[in-house]
Amino acid sequence: MNGAGLQLLQFLLVLLLAPGLTGLVRKTKARLTGRRGPGLLQPYRDLIRLLRKEAVIAENASWLFRFAPYLTFTALWLAAALIPTFAQRLPLSPIADLIALVALIGLGRFAMALAGLDIGTAFGGIGSSREVMVAALAEPAMLLVIFTLALLLGTTSLPDIAGYLATTNVGLRVSLGLGLVALVIVAIAENARVPVDNPATHLELTMIHEAMILEYSGRHLAMMEAASMVKLLLFVSLIACLFAPWGMALGEPTAASAAIGIAVYIGKLILAGLVLALFETSIAKMRVFRVGEFLATALLLGLLAVVFLFVSKGL
Amino acid sequence: MGVAVARGRAGHLFIYPISFLASAAIALTAGASLLHPPIDAPSAILPIGLPWLEAHFRIDALSAYFLVVVNILAAIVAIFAVGYGRHEEEPHRVLPIYPVFVAGMNLVLLSDDAFSFLVAWEFMSLSSWLLVLATQREPGTSQAAAAYVYLVMAAIGGIALLLAFGVLAGVAGDYSFAAIRTASRGQAATAAAILLTLLGAGSKAGLVPLHAWLPLAHPAAPSHVSALMSGAMTKVALYAILRVLFDLTVGAPGEPSGGAGWWPGLILIFLGGLSAVMGALYALLESDLKKLLAYSTVENVGIVALGLGLALVFRASGLAGLATLALGAALLHAFNHALLKGLLFCGAGAVIEATGERDIERLGGLIRRLPATSACFLIGAAGLSALPPLNGFVSEWLTFQAILGGTQLSLWELKFAVVVAGAVLALAAALAAAVFLRAFGIGFLGRPRSAAAAVAIEGAPSMRVALCLFAALCFLLGAVPLLVLRLADPVSQRLFAQPLALSAGSTWLWLVPFSTGVSSYSGVVLLAALVGLAFVVILAVHHFAGRRLRRGPAWDCGFPDPRPETQYSASSFAQPLRRVFGTSLFRVREHVDMAAPGEMAASRLLVVTRDLAWDWLYRPIAFAVDGLASRLNLLQFLTIRRYLSLMFMALALLLIVVAVLQ
Repeated sequence: MNGAGLQLLQFLLVLLLAPGLTGLVRKTKARLTGRRGPGLLQPYRDLIRLLRKEAVIAENASWLFRFAPYLTFTALWLAAALIPTFAQRLPLSPIADLIALVALIGLGRFAMALAGLDIGTAFGGIGSSREVMVAALAEPAMLLVIFTLALLLGTTSLPDIAGYLATTNVGLRVSLGLGLVALVIVAIAENARVPVDNPATHLELTMIHEAMILEYSGRHLAMMEAASMVKLLLFVSLIACLFAPWGMALGEPTAASAAIGIAVYIGKLILAGLVLALFETSIAKMRVFRVGEFLATALLLGLLAVVFLFVSKGL
Repeated sequence: MGVAVARGRAGHLFIYPISFLASAAIALTAGASLLHPPIDAPSAILPIGLPWLEAHFRIDALSAYFLVVVNILAAIVAIFAVGYGRHEEEPHRVLPIYPVFVAGMNLVLLSDDAFSFLVAWEFMSLSSWLLVLATQREPGTSQAAAAYVYLVMAAIGGIALLLAFGVLAGVAGDYSFAAIRTASRGQAATAAAILLTLLGAGSKAGLVPLHAWLPLAHPAAPSHVSALMSGAMTKVALYAILRVLFDLTVGAPGEPSGGAGWWPGLILIFLGGLSAVMGALYALLESDLKKLLAYSTVENVGIVALGLGLALVFRASGLAGLATLALGAALLHAFNHALLKGLLFCGAGAVIEATGERDIERLGGLIRRLPATSACFLIGAAGLSALPPLNGFVSEWLTFQAILGGTQLSLWELKFAVVVAGAVLALAAALAAAVFLRAFGIGFLGRPRSAAAAVAIEGAPSMRVALCLFAALCFLLGAVPLLVLRLADPVSQRLFAQPLALSAGSTWLWLVPFSTGVSSYSGVVLLAALVGLAFVVILAVHHFAGRRLRRGPAWDCGFPDPRPETQYSASSFAQPLRRVFGTSLFRVREHVDMAAPGEMAASRLLVVTRDLAWDWLYRPIAFAVDGLASRLNLLQFLTIRRYLSLMFMALALLLIVVAVLQ
């Protein structure tokens, strides 16, 4: 299988699987709370329905408001397509290492938060300002996790981290464990999941992400929804790639190893979706101003991971 | 002549184009001298200055690089000023001084002896002080206070630099840089010179806690001058730090550890990290557009200083390759920040000209009224938020790469300090994104928050040309950072005697600091991929989903309120982060005065913030100086007998000191 084909497959795979993952989480959560819930394919239907609808935007919306959904979606889609999922070597992977990947996610967030402020409504402002707070704490925590990996493995290039961890037995590292917990906390916050935000609510005093995109409708809303679905998939893929890279096609993939890689990857997504749904149903949402402490925990864990690394290396 | 021209009605049409031509010529010459190596010309000696010391001027790689930075910025700012200067109310207070200021900065970079360096430095300080005063109406205004604080800080900084060069020249008293380089001096003298330089140049650069004057003075000047002060003058100060710490005090060439070891580097990392985070937090709480930009200058100067500190630490630890990488990152960030801050201050100038407002709480909706200015400002804001594929991201990325190389350090204190510096830099970058999201989101988006903002119109075309030039350069350097790194390479050759450590994989397309297996970044491909994908997505959506669009009233959960005050304000936007960071760092106290139920009185929220740098550093010093002055006031009213006896005692004391020392 040649490089361009692999990259194209990766682009399509993340796009096609993202609504499925969201559907799985929703379905599982519904079952766990004793409801039947919509089918797994409901997010796909939702997106298609939204795309078909006419877009209604506020009278004073600027070009930025109309362009932001596309920019957010594109940045996150590109970021998701750079993470090795089923195959280790993708031709586009070298254009951005882990640090640049974090910044690319930041680009998507920047566009979305600006769009929240464009109309000049109170809800958009609330959402943007809280999103910015979450990001300002989550980003350093995420970079500390990256530092831990870089200090341990000497690289920030995703394929090389994945390849190294998949082939070498690094043993049970305390730092890696702490880094994993920190990254999971960051992922929960970045994806606006319980306990930081509730993706299913429109209760204005608690919401972050939904408040930002409140003014969107039609195809613009579809793009924003698709962007957050891709973002969830992105973080799951990232955690899988950094902490459980087993099963992906290493080196030059053949059709068979790529097929195995895809199957294993889908398995990882299903597992992550089930765990996320279980976690979300077993915990209550926290007050917005507790979120700072929650994320500070991630920051601290990231720092501890680095300290443990120094200690375990014997300085 | 400048005064005569400035008195005329069209002075700005004369001064600024000439200033543009001069700056462009200097930038091109300096750039060419960097690309074509015969750079180490002997210094030109002019028979001016002190009788026993002629003025030495020389261009080496380091000064050439900073000449390029300062003059590219000055050239584009001059284009901006052609249109912006049209509305200057008192042009005779700006026009004659502006060229002196630009020339002063150039002369600092060109000087090759301490005396002409200090004279040029004072020229730069005083001319910028006059420009800060230029818009002052009457005594007692904030401009006057700003100018006063600036003058005091500039004087302290100037004295510190004077003493630093005095220590460097030593008893031999030869003030040419060539002599200072080869002179031998003890560890204590070197340390004193370095600390004094950090005090003198650091205060001009705006490193926390010496930054207090900067957010007062930079915004008080006319906007194009603010752009130069923030974008160029802080770089000249960083040049002074580079000149002393990397060139004059390193001792004999080839000595790997350098003159003073790693501690100056650690100080720079600490001050840089502190400035980066505190600058961003200050900016987050500020709602004056120009003050906010000035605080962001503090942040970015901190990032450059952090890079320079890393370079010193790496060099002192014998890791020359990493040292060149950190140096390259710092130089690139200095270049990028000059362009971005030029863009943003000029953009702020355009906004002020169009609306007469500086407070973002009274702006809003400008993206519809000033489309070109807003688009350019957005690019600058995204650049300073370190977002790919713009230029501000590339230099921060390189700094992170240098930090990750810190594992190779042998001392564990340094290792840990470097990792903490990385976390601090990450926090500063995230906060900077919040700062500029808030500045652009509140200032340019939403509905107009004042009548002036509602009727704003674009200004002179030259202003927009300058803004677009800045924005285009930011995209270009984000896509192809090697354009600047190629210019920084001779600096690395000059200071570390080896080329900038970028592996052979680095081409115009790729940036590879170590090897492809470690990390890589490609601004061009990222930009192309983003643009291409966005194009495909938009086409696909429009093809399959149609492009029907209807405009209606805003939804806002069913309760839209037409009054612009119901929008989120700048201070409410900052509230979550103010609660997280401000309670301890700024002693933020919020007093809510809620009306009783049923009462129609308005509720009030009072937010009190304190600046700990003022509380703990400046006020105690000012208090001590005041107290001392009133005590010493007694000396003014003594009899002649007592004066004579005092003088005699002083003389005797000095003689005793000399006798003991000899």
